[in-house]
Amino acid sequence: MSITAFVIISIIKSLAVIGVLLTAVAYSVWLERKVSAHIQNRWGPTRVGPFGLLQPLADGVKFIFKEDLTEPHVYKPLYIAAPMIAMVFAITSISVIPFGNYVDIGPWGTYLQITDLNIGLLVVLGITSMGVYGVALAGWASNNKYSLLGGLRASAQMISYEVSLGLSLVGVLIITGSLSLRDIVDAQRHLHWNIFVQPVAFFIYLISAYAETNRTPFDLPEAESELVAGYHTEYSAMKFAMFFMAEYANMVTVACLATLLFFGGWLGPVFGPPILQAVLPVVWFCLKVFFFMFLYVWVRWTLPRFRYDQLMSFGWKVLLPLAVANIVVTALIVAWRA
Amino acid sequence: MFHLILFLFFGAICMAGAINLLVQSHPINSALSLIVVMAALAAEYLLLGAEFVAAVQVIVYAGAIMVLFVITIMLLNAGAEEHTRGSRVAILIGVPGVLIAAVLVTWTLVARGQTGSVAIGALPGSPQDIARLLFHDFLLPFEVTSVLILIAIMGAVVLASRPEAVAHRAAKPGQPDHKEMPQLVGSGSRSGKER
Repeated sequence: MSITAFVIISIIKSLAVIGVLLTAVAYSVWLERKVSAHIQNRWGPTRVGPFGLLQPLADGVKFIFKEDLTEPHVYKPLYIAAPMIAMVFAITSISVIPFGNYVDIGPWGTYLQITDLNIGLLVVLGITSMGVYGVALAGWASNNKYSLLGGLRASAQMISYEVSLGLSLVGVLIITGSLSLRDIVDAQRHLHWNIFVQPVAFFIYLISAYAETNRTPFDLPEAESELVAGYHTEYSAMKFAMFFMAEYANMVTVACLATLLFFGGWLGPVFGPPILQAVLPVVWFCLKVFFFMFLYVWVRWTLPRFRYDQLMSFGWKVLLPLAVANIVVTALIVAWRA
Repeated sequence: MFHLILFLFFGAICMAGAINLLVQSHPINSALSLIVVMAALAAEYLLLGAEFVAAVQVIVYAGAIMVLFVITIMLLNAGAEEHTRGSRVAILIGVPGVLIAAVLVTWTLVARGQTGSVAIGALPGSPQDIARLLFHDFLLPFEVTSVLILIAIMGAVVLASRPEAVAHRAAKPGQPDHKEMPQLVGSGSRSGKER
């Protein structure tokens, strides 16, 4: 493939993936409102479009036209930079996520993935670990005690749970022997999904991921009953929307990773004419990701919030030893079999 | 060619971040500049084909250690620092010393002819290579280092739990800290006299 074709295909893929991601983010907000409403025996958004399907557009327009307040007491450079940092890192991590097989388009063929690195998983972990700066700096730059407490809680929580999150993935890596997300999916062919061999790792991953994305029952950083709104108390209009979008984009990334690592990614029954064979894997992938997004919402509207000391002791005294034990057992079994 | 341009670009970002780190007066800006330096270094490693090292650089340094720096600065709420004119020793000895060292290093590298270029990915940098080095060739040093880190963690725990031990000792009778009591009684009697 010539360099021009490579650049053109890469640009098309990047634009398409970012477009789909942002649409997915908008509609996960719709999903959240709709599901939460039905859980509480309400209707949720119904006015804008059929089933309120155009509500995300209305929300977007509202965010743009809201007054953008900048309090006089904030530290301005970082106050403005923080939502951008959160947003940029939330979107960047999608770049190594594979969402389908190899496809042939006329003379060219390409993997359905922006870029295939052989350390894809580490890249995702690295980018998500940088995302904490957005939250921490927002809390500090707002110059407000609630914001600062929210930012501190968020960074402490994200660092603590990142340890168990990383360790929970080691079991999968021992079995697969590769850090490339594509290889990890390819190793799960014929329904050898990792969820069946690594169930403990999956649940540790799921719990840590909820804490990483600051979602209930781990939404201490923005606990509205004690901290007003936590780190984004002082933010309004589009800056607030950026934090909101970053949270949902992170949820999408985490759901994608769960699908790839434990549920066989895009693998599923493939049949029919070539065009259907190219599309079906992407459909399976999207369905699995949708399941995890739904699970996110379901958990949020079912479980109450932890207390902060419970959160910390659960992370360090339960999840971490469990993750280490899982690695030891997995390594022993793999070594015994070899 | 494209790689070289990117390499120089990230090198320039790295240097700019390092200089900004020194120039900024507010600690949090300095910490953020350090993060930029770390991230730019990771990009340099990536361009050299050391993908694993690049990822670890971001995860460990930019993602974990610098977060702790930022949290500390946030907690202490350190304000802007005053600029001093710098120490005379640094200007008289430090600056010429650094210049001489830089010239010596450059001269050695150029004169010894060790500056040949290497193709991207020609050097061992894949996770498998690094794992073989760490867990096979250098297993003992690696394990000794991990024990060293364990000792450091235990030391940190001991140091962190110390105030409690001090308070516990102070609560016992017959300790020097206990002399506060008579003074309290004395002040009470004085106030009594005033009345």
